[in-house]
Formats: sequence, C-alpha cells, structure tokens
Amino acid sequence: MTVSNAIEVRDLTVWFGSGTERSDAVKRATFSVAEGGSFGLVGESGSGKSTILRAIAGLVPTWSGEMTVAGEPLGRKRSPAFYKKVQMVFQDPYGSLHPRQTVDRVLSEAMQLHGLTDIDRRIARLLEDVGLGTGFRFRYPHQLSGGQRQRVAIARALAPEPKILLLDEPTSALDVSVQAEILNLLADLRRERALTYVMVSHDLGVVGHLCERAAVMQQGEIVEVVTVESLRTGAVTQDYTRHLLASAIASAR
Amino acid sequence: MTDRLLDVENLRVSFDTRTGTIEAVRGISFTLGRERLGIVGESGSGKSMTGRAVLKLIRPPGRVEADRLAFGDTDILHASDREMRALRGRHISMVMQDPKFSLNPVMTVGAQMVEALRVHERISGAKAQARALEMLEEVAIREPERVLRLYPHEVSGGMGQRIMIAMMLLPQPEVLIADEPTSALDVSVQLQVLDIMDKLVRDRGMGLMFISHDLNLVAKFCDRIIIMYAGRIVETCKASELHKAQHPYTLGLLNAVPDLEHPRERLDVLVRDPAWRAAPSVSARQ
Repeated sequence: MTVSNAIEVRDLTVWFGSGTERSDAVKRATFSVAEGGSFGLVGESGSGKSTILRAIAGLVPTWSGEMTVAGEPLGRKRSPAFYKKVQMVFQDPYGSLHPRQTVDRVLSEAMQLHGLTDIDRRIARLLEDVGLGTGFRFRYPHQLSGGQRQRVAIARALAPEPKILLLDEPTSALDVSVQAEILNLLADLRRERALTYVMVSHDLGVVGHLCERAAVMQQGEIVEVVTVESLRTGAVTQDYTRHLLASAIASAR
Repeated sequence: MTDRLLDVENLRVSFDTRTGTIEAVRGISFTLGRERLGIVGESGSGKSMTGRAVLKLIRPPGRVEADRLAFGDTDILHASDREMRALRGRHISMVMQDPKFSLNPVMTVGAQMVEALRVHERISGAKAQARALEMLEEVAIREPERVLRLYPHEVSGGMGQRIMIAMMLLPQPEVLIADEPTSALDVSVQLQVLDIMDKLVRDRGMGLMFISHDLNLVAKFCDRIIIMYAGRIVETCKASELHKAQHPYTLGLLNAVPDLEHPRERLDVLVRDPAWRAAPSVSARQ
C-alpha cells in the first residue's frame, strides 16, 4: 500500500490588502505531508509560517493556488466534514479558551457541533488521554495553569477525533519544563491516534523533537524543504537555513 | 565606591490578597559586583519581582522587606521617592521584555532618548542629540540620523530593543537590570542584541542583572548564575560550572529542553519535590 498524502499544497499565495496596499504574506509555497507524518514550518516572525497554517484552516480568505487536505480539494469555504478531520491548536492558551466556560462546556460544545453522541463518557476519556483527569472537568480557565490550559486546548482539538492537527507554536508561551510535558503528550497522541501534524515553530529544537521534515521560510517563501535528519547533520543547501541553524545552536551553547 | 554595587540580604516581596498573603520572593540574599549575574527561573519563581524590588518598582499592596537592600552606600529600602527617582535611570536602569510596550508610541526615538538623558544631566538639546546619535551607532544601528526621526512603530522588534538598550545606557548607569530582554525577539536577532548588550556592559565595567527563563542562554552570557524556585534561591554557581550543577531542579531544567543535535525519544519531565519549596534559600553573596 502506498502512503497517500494527508496535505498537499501547491503554489499557495496568501495576501492581505488589495491594489497598491496588497502585500503577499506567502508566495507560491509548495509542500506535502504524508499521512501520519509530522511536518514543521520554521522561520522568523513575519516569514509567513503561521499564515500557511491559517490558510489551510480556512481562517484567511484571500489565497490562490491549490490545497488538498485528506483527499478533499479546498475551495473558498470549508465543509463541516473538513473540520471533523482537521483541527487547530493555537499558541496562547490564555487567549484561546473562553474565560467563562468550564472545561466541560468547551469540550461538550465541540462534540455537539460535530454531532457526536455519548458525550459524557467521551469527555471523561479525553481528559484522561491528555493527562488531566476528570478532576479538571468543571474548572474554569483561570483555575488552570498555562500547561493545563494547553492540555484543554489540545483536548478540544481532539474532540471531533480529527486525523490532522495544525499546531501553531503550541509550546512557545510555556515554561521549558511544561513544554517538555506538552511535547511528550503530543508525541504520544500522534502515535496512539495515527495523527498527522503540521507544526509552526521558531524553535528548531522543538521542531527537531516532534517532526520528521520541515520547510524553512523566509519573507513568505519556502527557502527549502529538508528532513530533520539533515538539519541535525547540517546537510542543508541554503545559506539562510545555515544561518538559522547557527543562531539556534549558538544560543543553546 | 567599592566593587560591590548591589547588596541584598534576606529580600522578601509579598502581596496581601483577600485569601491571604502571597510571598513572591521569600528571603533571598545576593550581591552584584562589576559582573554579569544571571537570574533564572520559571514563571512565578520571583525572578522578575527581584529585579523590580531592587528599583522599588513594586506598588502597594505589594510589600518589599529586607534586612539590607543597598546600592553602594545608598539604602534603597529607606530611600524617599525623590531619592529613588534620582537613582533610577541614572545609576540603575532596566531594560524590559518587549520594546513595543516600553517605548513611548507617540514620541520619536530621538525625542525620548534626549528626554531620558536630560532628566539626569544638565546638557543642551544639541549635545544630548549628539550623544543619542553616538549611542545608536554603538548599538549597531545603521543610519542613526534617520532612526532618531522614526516613531517606535516604524522600527522592528530587534531594532526597538537595541534602541531601548541605547536609551538605558545613555546616562551611563552603573547597574543594568535586563528582564527577559530578548524573549520577544527572533533567535537570529536575539544573539546580536545580547552580544551588543554584553559588549557595552563589559566595556563600561557595569554590573548586569540578567533575568531570564532560558538557562542555556544565561549560561552563555553571564559570569554567575542564580537559580530561583518558588521565591527562593535553590542553587548558585559560576556559569562555567553549570555542568556540575547538583540541584534536581537545575538538572530538570537543563534536561527538559529539546536539543536539535541530541535527539531523545522522550523529554525528561520535571517532578517537583515539595521539599524544594520548603528548603531555605541559598545565599548568593560574594
């Protein structure tokens, strides 16, 4: 059996503004992610890495090119079936949870939207799966730490039982010790549920830990697509990638 | 003046709340000489509160108490507001995390740099302008004349942070407190900004308090490291001897970071021992 691609993106251009004000945030980006693969998007702020993720999720209407996700070619609007297959986890767990909704309400709403039944049992299991336990079920976000909130955000994304998770800097707002817990959790979940990940991160260490391949971006363009192995050994072809590697390694010394 | 710039003994910062008193810093002692001292800890460890307490920037209901809190011969603990204003900026200055919030958005870079200098020195506008220009050159800003006329929103994050550093060093203070000075910046810019700060601080023989959550970064840029946990100092060591660190918390922090060059199947997760919180603070006085 051949491995099909979970995500195919060809000549994706995303722009903001129009006429003379138009600026292209992503320019003719092309990449694919195999089913069950984990793909990183790295680059500096403003390089367009988050914009690609948002375009896939349908959060930016102004794009051209071709995107195929889980065998479904994407148009202007996303079908409900798309969101059952693809979910997103955002950077800031302080901003992405409704402050006046309990964990239970956040999760049950996501499940109801996708027409799932047996919600009570599902929530209990989901909370176990993300390492929170049912004791957290009726808490409000302000009663949770940053790491616990991010676990809730991951649980919410997993609620419709998607195949693909889009992760936008999922650990950059967290302390390193908490980051380690969340990265371990993401690795476990991927293995258990055969998920496909696309992760945006500015941290090459994080991408190296969780991904097999990565696209290096600069000023809206994909400079090169490399395997994490070649990032590790320095077998990269572009100067910009070398520059990023050098700064990342130097700061860790 | 002696080489001991800051002398802190048994510093406590607490906040009275409706549900009781929260102790953010619980009796820490350290000194700062003409050196680069890194203060590392996770969120809530009290590292930023320590930096703010030194400048008495903690507002009520927060309380700062200490057996000793001195800058040279000046007793910071009992200094009046007026004395503190003379001290802040002129002798001890602070670079905060995000230049977007610490630069005045409605003043040009030049106007606020000149203002920062003229608060502390009797100097003509033209001279102050010239000093600002010189300082911008020192932090490796190209076309400083043009940058002086720009507003903060017209400069990038890395440039904004270099402007902040230039502005803080303009009155030639003896101590610089840098609270996460590069966490809002991209990795590639981060090192450049730190190198510049490092060079300026060393050339002037200043004392630097470098507050950060990033143990590796601190180890690279400091002479001495203080590791804080739950408002106390759990360990202190020379940066060059970090690999000999003993405390399980320090080791936990070091091992939790994913490293591109040395991949691991699973990252070590910190198991917090309640005994760490209870253990008395280690003194970092020299």
